[in-house]
Amino acid sequence: MRLSVDHVTRYSYERPVRGLVQSHRLTPSLFQGQKVISWEITVEGGEGQGGGALAVRGADFTDGAGDRIQGWSLAGPLSEVAVTVRGTVETTDTAGMLKGYREAINPCAYKLETAMTAGSAALAALAEAVSDADGPLALAHGLSAAVAAAIAYRPGVTQAHTSASEALALGEGVCQDHAHALIALARLRDLPARYVSGYLFADASGAAHEAAHAWAEIHVPGLGWIGFDPANACCPDERYIRLASGLDARDAAPIRGVARGGQAGEEAMDVAVAVLSSAQ
Amino acid sequence: MGVFFDEMNGSGDRSGGGTRAPYARLEEWLATMPKELRSLKQAEAEALFRRIGITFAVYGEGGDPDRLIPFDMFPRVFSGAEWARLDRGVKQRAKALNMFLVDVYGRGEIIRAGRVPANLVYQNEAYEKAAVGFVPPKGVYSHIVGIDLVRTGPEEFFVLEDNCRTPSGVSYMLENREIMMRMFPGLFRENRIEPIDSYAEILRRTLASVAPAKCKGDPKVVILTPGHFNSAYYEHSFLADLMGVELVEGQDLFVDGEFVYARTTEGPKRVDVIYRRIDDAFLDPLCFRPDSMLGVPGLMDVYRSGGVSICSAPGAGVADDKAIYTYVPDMIRFYLGEEPILKNVPTWKCAERDDLKYVLDNLGELVVKEVHGSGGYGMLVGPKATKAEIEAFRAQLVADPSNYIAQPTLALSTVPTFVDEGVAPRHVDLRPYCLVGERIELVKGGLTRVALREGSLVVNSSQGGGVKDTWVLAE
Repeated sequence: MRLSVDHVTRYSYERPVRGLVQSHRLTPSLFQGQKVISWEITVEGGEGQGGGALAVRGADFTDGAGDRIQGWSLAGPLSEVAVTVRGTVETTDTAGMLKGYREAINPCAYKLETAMTAGSAALAALAEAVSDADGPLALAHGLSAAVAAAIAYRPGVTQAHTSASEALALGEGVCQDHAHALIALARLRDLPARYVSGYLFADASGAAHEAAHAWAEIHVPGLGWIGFDPANACCPDERYIRLASGLDARDAAPIRGVARGGQAGEEAMDVAVAVLSSAQ
Repeated sequence: MGVFFDEMNGSGDRSGGGTRAPYARLEEWLATMPKELRSLKQAEAEALFRRIGITFAVYGEGGDPDRLIPFDMFPRVFSGAEWARLDRGVKQRAKALNMFLVDVYGRGEIIRAGRVPANLVYQNEAYEKAAVGFVPPKGVYSHIVGIDLVRTGPEEFFVLEDNCRTPSGVSYMLENREIMMRMFPGLFRENRIEPIDSYAEILRRTLASVAPAKCKGDPKVVILTPGHFNSAYYEHSFLADLMGVELVEGQDLFVDGEFVYARTTEGPKRVDVIYRRIDDAFLDPLCFRPDSMLGVPGLMDVYRSGGVSICSAPGAGVADDKAIYTYVPDMIRFYLGEEPILKNVPTWKCAERDDLKYVLDNLGELVVKEVHGSGGYGMLVGPKATKAEIEAFRAQLVADPSNYIAQPTLALSTVPTFVDEGVAPRHVDLRPYCLVGERIELVKGGLTRVALREGSLVVNSSQGGGVKDTWVLAE
């Protein structure tokens, strides 16, 4: 499937900031399921709408997790900053498996829990209810199904800082909450698990979900990393574009940044993402 | 507990007592020192420390954060031969610890070989995923390795713990010597004492030797401090002065493009090597804690693309964890094919069922410590604890066994120390500071800490410990 992405993140500052530094993981992962046809990232900003200066490209490397990392810096004064990602990716369905992916981090490092993926009695009970009689792959599928059943999709009830345990108690949440809950369950069953951020092409049937998406990967002995998307009760296929991974949403964030000298004012962020299927 | 080995009079030494050779001149010095002179000198020493401004804030005790660490005028002395062995042992250990770090952030051979359990490394709080896949210049992660040693007999030295991140206290090593030389110049004429004043120059050279590949010309080195409220701030500014490098806080540095710059009165200056005295978690809000105001946004990206060196390298802490400590002798054998010159203290890991049972059955005789603790907090010294303290600790231990390790109470050696009634033996330890860059170097000396309370085995400054000048005699 050929997917085209148009992703613009705009930051506006009530009072101009002196400068901005960002670290991006906004480039599609390289593995059998994805081939980049074209991909371009630009960062620009300035005072007021329109006329802006381009940011300076900084570090550019692939880290131990296999994520392409790019640093940017932009000198102010800035009241508006826009990060624009445009590109086209050829995807194929690998049944969720991360085949042909180069990374150096030992899967065990993904057993570490964070505040957002910490276990609780309720999470443990949910994890223990799933049978592992048919092996770890079936267990992983079972855990994903358990999350889908326990947390209904409903935007607006959870926040960026909501933990897996809080989302489970609410019984509602968005893809971030589903992913955190699945990571927590997998780690409770001693399977390494991680958070993946990316894009999802939503066709007419599944329009409920945002195009900026997140899911989880579970490391299954003998098979390696496999993606699970409890929000859509499936494994990532050719509709998905994988960008980056981490222990939780914060660790896997595609954009992390800090503005200098802007403490006194408010920062507002607006994200627009469109993932379209290109004509073949 | 039986007789302790005294480093001056040799008590506890089965080969016979009598004043040991390195202390021969000090015995005379002590015998001929009038009592009035002693209290005069002690007051002078304190005035000197106050004037220099060397103080040490103590966490969690309240009171005056700028109180002095007590300085004891009676030096601790090693013969050249004794030191030669320590020198080899410390360097061997520092080398193996760095090889371990290169390995666990690379292929993990020692884990594949089954010599160190995977979970202790990869699930360790101090293991930084972000450090995987980038080997710092010269393969060095820990550039200043502080190794805490204790002694139980003439030939018996044990490593108590390793400090691979940012060991503090070296300013005391240097100041103690300075003060002793000012107060007792005669002693330095009568004894042939190896100098230690080259430490700052060797440290500067070590840091410069790990400049990144992208650095052209003379590397610019800075010390990054969390600020004046930090307990070791004095040391940060002291070392910056001695090395002739700038002392900066996070807000003085910024990332532009591929490099890090320092704001100076002459405009931005590119920085090549950062000797940081802040923890990993605070280094860069874009990589670690997002709420950190102490670090430099974007620093880790510059570091991982070879634009700046960070000393110690992010992630170095996984080598000095108390649970990893028990495997250091195996590391030395695995990486160097050598037998460890310095022994570890036998250690029980409470995470393991059999070990935990032994520890719970013998709490009264053991020292139990938190795996991630430091500064002498959160530990139990069995023989010194009350029944109630032991029982309270037992409950903590049972609740979270993997958070603790236990060791036998060692019969730490003593060195004569000035006390109100005259001179009395007090227990000591030793922290030498090994510098690792292009070369591995160790000045002939270290920081001797002394437990000033009679019978106390806890030498931490936060727990009533003091410091002494440490001499190595020229052969």
